[in-house]
Amino acid sequence: MAESTREPILEVRNLVKHFPLTQGIVFQRQVGAVRAVDDISFELYPGETLGIVGESGCGKSTVAKLLMSLERPTSGEIFYKGEDISRLSGRALKAVRRNIQMVFQDPYTSLNPRMTVGDIIGEPFEIHPEVAPKGDREAKVRELLDVVGLNPEYINRYPHQFSGGQRQRIGIARGLALNPEIIICDEPVSALDVSVQAQVINLMEKLQDEFGLSYLFIAHDLSIVRHISDRVGVMYLGKMVEIGSDSAIYDHPTHPYTQALLSAVPLPDPDAREGRERIILTGDVPSPANPPSGCRFRTRCWKAQDRCSEELPVLAVPQRFADADTAVAHESACHFAEEKPHVAHA
Amino acid sequence: MPEPSRPDTPFEAQGAAVAEAVSSTPDPGKARSLSSDAWHDLRRNPIFVISALLILFLVVISIWPSLIATRDPLYCQLGRSLDGPAPGHWFGFDTQGCDVYTRTVYGARASIAVGVCATLGVALVGAVVGGLAGFFGGFWDALLSRTTDVFFAIPLVLGAIVFLSMIKLTGIWPVVLVIAALGWPQIARITRGAVITAKQNDYVQAARALGAGNSRLLLRHILPNAVAPVIVMATIMLGTFIALEATLSFLGVGLRPPTVSWGVDISAASDGMQFRNAPHILLYPAAALSLCVLAFIMMGDAVRDALDPKLR
Repeated sequence: MAESTREPILEVRNLVKHFPLTQGIVFQRQVGAVRAVDDISFELYPGETLGIVGESGCGKSTVAKLLMSLERPTSGEIFYKGEDISRLSGRALKAVRRNIQMVFQDPYTSLNPRMTVGDIIGEPFEIHPEVAPKGDREAKVRELLDVVGLNPEYINRYPHQFSGGQRQRIGIARGLALNPEIIICDEPVSALDVSVQAQVINLMEKLQDEFGLSYLFIAHDLSIVRHISDRVGVMYLGKMVEIGSDSAIYDHPTHPYTQALLSAVPLPDPDAREGRERIILTGDVPSPANPPSGCRFRTRCWKAQDRCSEELPVLAVPQRFADADTAVAHESACHFAEEKPHVAHA
Repeated sequence: MPEPSRPDTPFEAQGAAVAEAVSSTPDPGKARSLSSDAWHDLRRNPIFVISALLILFLVVISIWPSLIATRDPLYCQLGRSLDGPAPGHWFGFDTQGCDVYTRTVYGARASIAVGVCATLGVALVGAVVGGLAGFFGGFWDALLSRTTDVFFAIPLVLGAIVFLSMIKLTGIWPVVLVIAALGWPQIARITRGAVITAKQNDYVQAARALGAGNSRLLLRHILPNAVAPVIVMATIMLGTFIALEATLSFLGVGLRPPTVSWGVDISAASDGMQFRNAPHILLYPAAALSLCVLAFIMMGDAVRDALDPKLR
């Protein structure tokens, strides 16, 4: 990949989102904050898929909402083609929304049950009338239904007349309607059956090739993320702990958390299972309202030393691998980053 | 990898309900809105048909009572006081010697007018206050919800008695205004709750992500999905407001003679001695009142079922 030579289409710099915890009913005062997203930076390049993985509550969905401007960041910037979109409002924000769209997790709640499929997919054109003149809209909606593999004759049906996979196709068609460059997928298949997941993922890959889309693919299913992603970022407790190409993350993880995550992926081959070491983490994820000092992962890490509680590890290529020209040399936020044999899944 | 699902065989797993819905739309290109779907369901619901016919009948006679009652409700012959049923006077005569049948028919107008107007007023105030509080949240929610609490703390009957005994106007409007001014907190609370529930749905976020403004979010996405409990509550309240009008008239602060209403007649008939000697003068207006209240409550229930796409 020649990422370094290309301009990123989306660039996130030091993004922070704290949700205030307040006390009192009449006179509210802030007693703390849930650090849902705490200083995250990454880039998304045109035409690529960046997977974001992490366990529940690590801030993945908040990142998606921040990128969609559904939430306002506490600090930090989001650059779309060099323009900071995190503080936009009104007309300027509406214009940016044409280029960044979202596919939601649950196809049962993401479609308005009182609107027909035609109204749901046609709504983007009503909000942005400049995209399609009034007379063309129905034809456009039918075309979109065809693109996502649904019968265009279903235009007047209601969402409750469709199965989960079909509903997710409707959600994807709505996301495609404005012809965006970036689609943010917040766990788009986790509510679907495994066989249907494959169909939807294949559809998304086909659409990416067809329309040159960039995906930010948020999920907690590691094998699906590996299947679809060019690069992968791993989040833990509001921080990005490791980011790199999919082979770097899956075959050469250097952060202990990533190693623990990967060692938990079930292997279908019993022989391969023999030679693998399973890392079993103890304890729970600390509360994001009161995260540990220094490295967020130190409370559950088998490598933790005094330095980990005092010094926050930065997300960067570790010094010792800086000159290496292999996949090991990717950004990892650990003082003691190193490969661990026998954890990567086959 | 499995083939993507073929679009022409999608419905097998979804059971008979969907199959029926599909077979009843032979031409998939024909638009069927939610309201036409609901109407399609309602026509087959016997409870709805019965209550709707009853309400239609009550509305028609409240507009043109002379269609079925040819006499004057205020023409009374004291000599026939408390007489039982007679030819041409099927329901007998009341204390003043007026025809009970004619007065029961004419009484529908005042009762239904009070019920409908008060419900419209209550629904309007309650939906606006509750909708804004639920949608905007924060400061507006606190302000509007506490105001709602203040009004909620005033007992409806007691408050109405206090206000109506101060106002010396006659006719239905003082009663309507007092009910509308005191009855809205319940609707406001239900609307607020329904709006907050609807607001959190992903499709609202999706519309916001598309760039939809507040008015589109409220009118197109939130209100249509929040309106069902409000309709049910409003229809049930319509019944209770008709009963409340009767209560207030019974207590002597609501409608007053010579206005003809069920409440006025029930009030006049509820002397114990009279009831023992001539039960018909209480029975007919009270039965008409009960039937009317029941019809609205049943219709509210049937409409709620038809408007909920998840129940279909």
